Amino acid sequence: MKRQSIPRVAAKLLIPYILLYALYVQWHGDYGPGGGFQAGVIFAAGVILHAIVFDLRASQRALSPRIVQLLIPLGLLLYIGVGVVTMLKGGTFLNYSVLQHDPVHGQHLGILLVELGVGTTVAGVMISIFYAFGETVRS
Amino acid sequence: MADVLGLYNYWVVIVLMMTGFYIVVARDNLIKKVIGLSIFQTSVFLLFITVGKVDGGTAPILAEGFEIYSNPLPGVLILTAIVVGVATTAVALGLVVRINEEYGTIEEGEIHVQDVEA
Amino acid sequence: MATAVRIARLRGLFSAAIVAGIYSLLGACWMSVLDQPDVAFTEASVGAGISTVLILVTLSLTTSEEKEPEHTPLLPLIVILITGAALVYGTIDMPRLGDPDAQVHRHVAPRYIDESPHEVAVPNLVTAVLASYRGYDTLGETAVIFTAGIGVLILLGGARRRRWVADEDDE
Repeated sequence: MKRQSIPRVAAKLLIPYILLYALYVQWHGDYGPGGGFQAGVIFAAGVILHAIVFDLRASQRALSPRIVQLLIPLGLLLYIGVGVVTMLKGGTFLNYSVLQHDPVHGQHLGILLVELGVGTTVAGVMISIFYAFGETVRS
Repeated sequence: MADVLGLYNYWVVIVLMMTGFYIVVARDNLIKKVIGLSIFQTSVFLLFITVGKVDGGTAPILAEGFEIYSNPLPGVLILTAIVVGVATTAVALGLVVRINEEYGTIEEGEIHVQDVEA
Repeated sequence: MATAVRIARLRGLFSAAIVAGIYSLLGACWMSVLDQPDVAFTEASVGAGISTVLILVTLSLTTSEEKEPEHTPLLPLIVILITGAALVYGTIDMPRLGDPDAQVHRHVAPRYIDESPHEVAVPNLVTAVLASYRGYDTLGETAVIFTAGIGVLILLGGARRRRWVADEDDE
């Protein structure tokens, strides 16, 4: 797509907003539609758009496959970690109320962290899947 | 009669489901089958979502001035189901790519012939 | 519905993939009309976006046309007609669209809607249920996504290694 300037220009304008929107959706999942799953796929869609319009190699230089593959288990670990911490603090697994001085704040913190874990794993998986398919095309 | 007409959402879903099912069963091309499976999956999501709607309700986000909310539960179930669905579709497509490398074709009949000969 | 039937009849697979994306997008529109915006935009970006991209990539790695079916699809047609009729028969007893007295709105949902302002204090009920009341399920779902990702990486990640093996075989 090197000669076609319209997709390149349009993508250059859109991709930052797509990624920013993904982060917005991630953190505002409490107050509006959104949350981890949505944020993960929107972020991945932004990266995939970049890889399609600019070459896959350019995307992989910007966001290395190794880092993305590392993100996959990290999100899941974060989720489980929150559960373990709640157990250490005396509650049952994933009972967020014990995380803070006040149950409601504990719930907020727990939900925020857990959604972050979910979003990270989902984004990591989607991007890694695309990278894996893309590398097969190249070879 | 009005009661029966109120069931139209289920019938639309059934038509979609059967179309997806038909594609999976009647077509030999593996990618077509995966697309059919995806259609089937989406129709099931729609089934759940239509079940959750409440007359006069609004989206299940608490806000000032709204009293009746649609049921949040189906949305919760389907949200994860959608992402899991695309992940499993990706696995299926990965298998299709590998099958193509091994057998040289993705038509089910030809693969079967090669398996029987081998 | 028209898009779904069109896909069944299309022979060109690229077109089928695009029409499948349109089908997903229309489904997402219907979902947002049904008061589930979270689900709607997830379905839109996943079904119309990522799924379509993956199918197109797979097509570029394999064939792009579907072969003529060898046998007439009579048996499948009969099967789906019988199944469809059975399902329609099953829906006669179901509550109509939007019925506020339906069973599904009885047991747990009112509790979530009424109690969550006190217990969780998060306006988005879907997130509250997903991450807090049903957080354990969400953990399992995340694990499933993780496993699927690992599965794809195992299947396709050895692209470079396979190229070397193929070169060795040629020599």
